[in-house]
Amino acid sequence: MDRLMVHIEGIGFWVPGIADWPAAKHALNGEIALTGDVGAKPSPAILPPTERRRAPESVLIAAEAAGQACAMAARDPATLACVFTSTHGDLALTDAMCATLASDPRELSPTRFHNSVHNAPSGYWTVATHCHASATAISAWHGSFAAGLLEAAIEVHAERNPVLLVAYDIAARGPLVEVAPSTLPFALAFVLSAESSASSHASLRIRHDARAANATGVPATFATLLGNPMAAQALPLLLAIAQGRTTEVIMESGKDTALLVEVAP
Amino acid sequence: MPTRIAPLAITAFTATSALGRGRAAHAHALRNDLGGLKANDFTQTPLTCAIGRVQGLEDEPLPAQFADYDCRNNRLAWSGLAADDFLDTARSCIERYGAERVALVVGTSTSSIGATEEAYRTLEEGRLPARLRHPPLHTPHSLGLFLETVLGTQGPCLTVATACSSSAKIFAKAERMIRLGIVDAAIVAGVDTLCDSVLFGFNALELVSAEPCRPFDPARTGISIGEAAGFALLEREGAAQAPQLIGYGESSDAYHMSTPHPEGLGARLALADALARAGLAPGDVDYINLHGTATIKNDEVEAALVADVFAPTTRASSTKGFSGHTLGAAGILEATLTLLAIEQGIVPATLNSRAIDAVCGPQLALAREEKPIRIALSNSFGFGGSNCTLAFAGGKA
Repeated sequence: MDRLMVHIEGIGFWVPGIADWPAAKHALNGEIALTGDVGAKPSPAILPPTERRRAPESVLIAAEAAGQACAMAARDPATLACVFTSTHGDLALTDAMCATLASDPRELSPTRFHNSVHNAPSGYWTVATHCHASATAISAWHGSFAAGLLEAAIEVHAERNPVLLVAYDIAARGPLVEVAPSTLPFALAFVLSAESSASSHASLRIRHDARAANATGVPATFATLLGNPMAAQALPLLLAIAQGRTTEVIMESGKDTALLVEVAP
Repeated sequence: MPTRIAPLAITAFTATSALGRGRAAHAHALRNDLGGLKANDFTQTPLTCAIGRVQGLEDEPLPAQFADYDCRNNRLAWSGLAADDFLDTARSCIERYGAERVALVVGTSTSSIGATEEAYRTLEEGRLPARLRHPPLHTPHSLGLFLETVLGTQGPCLTVATACSSSAKIFAKAERMIRLGIVDAAIVAGVDTLCDSVLFGFNALELVSAEPCRPFDPARTGISIGEAAGFALLEREGAAQAPQLIGYGESSDAYHMSTPHPEGLGARLALADALARAGLAPGDVDYINLHGTATIKNDEVEAALVADVFAPTTRASSTKGFSGHTLGAAGILEATLTLLAIEQGIVPATLNSRAIDAVCGPQLALAREEKPIRIALSNSFGFGGSNCTLAFAGGKA
């Protein structure tokens, strides 16, 4: 199979204490020291003020990264099909909803229920940006980032339009900590296009491969970030981009499969 | 507008729902107006409503080698795979193309969350109970992991979770992978099961009817929730009689998380894209399996769209009165019912409904009709304003 080539037009990044891609790029070129409170939340300007106050955490971090990526790419979000990917979805909502259902199911709030769907971040995003294009929310366990990147690249080529990819996980809560570990929130977004331009941040040549993923490692200096499953999946690629290297990154995608990504500045 | 796509052959398909296990049971139900909705006997806390329950899953644990995946949703997936010999057909397809050349694209809304709910009801000193303390049971991708393990595919594998459009959108994802040459075939699957989240969640939104749902009836009072598993195998070529996926459209309402766009803007865009990909005009469409949930708003918006776009010769109905709204599995269950409508030459009844709302056009079929169907559409709309319309063509008789 041929590789799918896509170019990164814009990058959005948010973790507590590192508020955007320029800051992340700087941190990824040195030692990462997260100084932010892991309970911090972004306030994405792209959402209406009411939603900024009351939207679930997953929506806030996804919208923050997505808004940054579109701004950097100088693309109108209303025109972009989008792919949102998350390993666990909104673990805080799942914890709260399951606790309510266990104590008194009739007390479940309607808003909490409709916010609990896996496509809540893409739903809020399309409402806020007046985007009528296709929005897809996916999950693929430890291959969630790889699956999102592949799906976004497929849509770029099959539909001949740029695509917004958003990858996020929040911190786990309650009893779920044991089965869905995640210690901090993390969100990343790319605007991907088939055409390169002077302002492209990197080019990616992507190929799915049937080999057990001997995934590319991450230096121990980034251990804190690895507490988030999506960060752990995306960091090898982000490091290569931040350092301007030409290299091949191998990511776990399925049980016995990998995504091979040739990265070039 | 998207450009026309080459049709894909649907070389195998099956469904399991409250209507029974396999195609023959579903065709029998459609031919005889036999619905599967019964009074709710699922929830521990009483809730007056009708449900579309697959009988017997409680007594059908997964085989020992899959014990870490054992939950109602994966049991329904396992049961659904056995129907119509789908598992054997899928395995021979994987053998023919090579495991890395077959994608597995699954759609679900709630996946295995029923297991998470159960674990929270039975916490042991604040921890999930040991028998449910398996990470693959508490992830949106549980269904995908389980099916990937059972089938042994090595192509791309992902879960699409866009609420009630999930297992319609999987057809679109699979078509693009095949078109770009990433794989030669795709297994698409949609499975959603009854659980407290959806029963009490939709109830909290005041969208659950106390009686079996009555789509497009002026006196409709909301949805009935059901569960289902559906599978299809998509390839570039198939036997002449194999039905085809000929188009799809995906769109966003950009309006509200749980209320459809009042003018059906997203639904209209999905429909237009599906027709464009299929190279069809509205007049070519013989039958539409509507989303038709029996909520006041959905049916009002969808009926107005159909009345506006289609001629009276296009027939339309909702099969939610048969199966209930199977949420993340609705896309593929109703794709299967649409393919059976084509195969059997019947427009299924809009079961349980006694009258047709004045907002509906002459396309809406209340009673079952016998009619040759060559081209058919299936609509699926979900929370987050996620819309998908699929277009199918019958194979050669």
